[in-house]
Amino acid sequence: MPTSVPISWYLILSAILFGLGVAGFIYRRNIITVFMSIELMLNAVNLTFITFSYTLKKVDGHIFSFFVMVVAAAEAAVGLAIILTVFKNRETLMIDDISSMKY
Amino acid sequence: MNFLLLSLIKAAVIAFVLLTTLAYLQWIERKVIGHIQLRVGPYRVGPHGLLQPLADVVKLITKEGVLPSHVNKFFYLLAPFIAVVLALISIAVIPFGPQITIGPVTTWMQLTDLNIGILFVLAVSSVGVYGVALGGWASNNKYSLLGGLRSSAQMISYELPLALAIAAPLLLANTLSFREMVDYQSGYWLGFIPRWNVFPEIVGFCIFVIAGFAETNRVPFDLPEAENELVAGFHTEYSSMSFAAFFMAEYANMVTVTAVATLLFLGGWQPPFPEPYSNFIPIIIFVLGGLIAVFHGLHPARRMDKFTLPATGLVFLGIAALFGISFLVPVLKTILMALFWFCGKIGLLLFLFIWVRGTLPRFRYDQLMRFAWIVLFPLAMVNLLATGLVVALTSK
Amino acid sequence: MTALIFLIFAGIAVFCGISLVAQTHPIASALSLIGVMGSLALLYLQLGGEFIAAAQMIVYAGAIMVLFVFVIMLLNAGAEATSRQIPLLNRYLGMLLLAAFLGLISFIIQAMLPKTEGVVFGAFMGGTAAAIGRKLFTVYLLPFEVTSVLILIAILGAIVLARREV
Repeated sequence: MPTSVPISWYLILSAILFGLGVAGFIYRRNIITVFMSIELMLNAVNLTFITFSYTLKKVDGHIFSFFVMVVAAAEAAVGLAIILTVFKNRETLMIDDISSMKY
Repeated sequence: MNFLLLSLIKAAVIAFVLLTTLAYLQWIERKVIGHIQLRVGPYRVGPHGLLQPLADVVKLITKEGVLPSHVNKFFYLLAPFIAVVLALISIAVIPFGPQITIGPVTTWMQLTDLNIGILFVLAVSSVGVYGVALGGWASNNKYSLLGGLRSSAQMISYELPLALAIAAPLLLANTLSFREMVDYQSGYWLGFIPRWNVFPEIVGFCIFVIAGFAETNRVPFDLPEAENELVAGFHTEYSSMSFAAFFMAEYANMVTVTAVATLLFLGGWQPPFPEPYSNFIPIIIFVLGGLIAVFHGLHPARRMDKFTLPATGLVFLGIAALFGISFLVPVLKTILMALFWFCGKIGLLLFLFIWVRGTLPRFRYDQLMRFAWIVLFPLAMVNLLATGLVVALTSK
Repeated sequence: MTALIFLIFAGIAVFCGISLVAQTHPIASALSLIGVMGSLALLYLQLGGEFIAAAQMIVYAGAIMVLFVFVIMLLNAGAEATSRQIPLLNRYLGMLLLAAFLGLISFIIQAMLPKTEGVVFGAFMGGTAAAIGRKLFTVYLLPFEVTSVLILIAILGAIVLARREV
């Protein structure tokens, strides 16, 4: 086993997590789980930022992932409020049932 | 290897002392509340109920762990673990005293020092809400669910003023490490007023303590476990060791909050008086306490006091003698003085927690939320702004 | 040691990620996501991002996910219905394709990335709170102020949406 970890391992981990996030986004039907899959994708991107920040020995990547966190927080606040409103009006959280704008 | 061994020893000592303290904290709480309400509190097991914690522990361990049929088993069993682990883990970064040298070994009276120690405690405490929330949800019971919901809403709301109150002394000291924080607070203004953050940051200290009450789910903010409206809220369905785990988590959180308050605002292990005078205070306190106990033992009001009070008095005098001996051994003196002042300050704050529990009624839920968002949050914000302004104007 | 820690926490992260997608109950998914975040925070520490690791735990795991759990508990959202109209063949084919895709991506990353020295804990410790704060309030001041406006808008949006009388 090598003593140091290759940079590529971090990037591969990030890619796997991003792929899982996409899969969850497509596969799941519960609107909250779909939302959480998006958060998983954001996390995966953050890992890439931090990894490249390490490679370049610069702190800028950390600041970008900090901004991603802030945006995620704002998104969660608004998104969950939307979910609450949808649930109040429709009594369901399944995105298949919320399709009145489809046609 | 030396590092590992040292860490293991320190971890073992801290874990043992902490767990014993948690058990006895509950005894102290019952005693103090009892005396506030003109009762005597636990009295049967051992002299003055001193062995009550032991009896409680034996009782809780030997009880049957009931697993109700309607619960979500995995999360039901997971929740108390999350609560207790996260409550105990933050003790790891709390320093108890300065650097000491025993023979060849030089070490800090602390398990580990992180240069983001304060952020670490904040992070752990902010994740700690999951224990309560999950426990309430997994119990599959209306009251427990309400308790879990209230707890998560309350924790999110009070985390903001708590974090803002912490930020003000951080601005003053310009560090995130507990050690440097305590170092910053050493010394005296005008030769006798200690340079503790509590004097410039009295508003921040009050906000921190109030938010700390809410974070630890204590009266007057104990809505998640309100006995008479939610039948104990999130831990209604719990029994045996899983109940004990929640209980332990609550007390461990109390210890953490008071320790952080001591380190950030009350100068950690720094004595309140300049060096030569402060060294005599523990001796005076323990000698006085011992003499009073011995005196009462010679004129006993009850039959048992004939033995228990002189024994207590002798223990106190022994501790005083230990402090006296420590004047000859510098290392012992450093350890004992640091521990005395640190534990004394923590003890006073813990007494405040218990005192408030014995005095104040519970808030109503809307009052609780309004208080957090309309009073505490703006106050903490203004305090932070004022501190920032002062720091910006005075620093070069 | 670095490699061992990486493997352990990467394993936990991937396991929790799979669990997020595979669990039917939203609470289980939320807890899996918290697991991912926790292990990622440790990996950030390994990469020298101590501040961002703490922020990850405080902001993501401690605030955003509590909000998620709160909403799930508030709506008392049950498990997803299992009788979904997805044929078994499609499901397994999808999994296979996902695995193949991820394998391909991993191969490409491994092959295309220029060889640099590996990650050793302690080689880069620039991610302290002081360094990030200094950068944030000098170089990135404008984006920082813009995010504060964004958050204000988000607060207003959340209040408008959650108001009782609409």
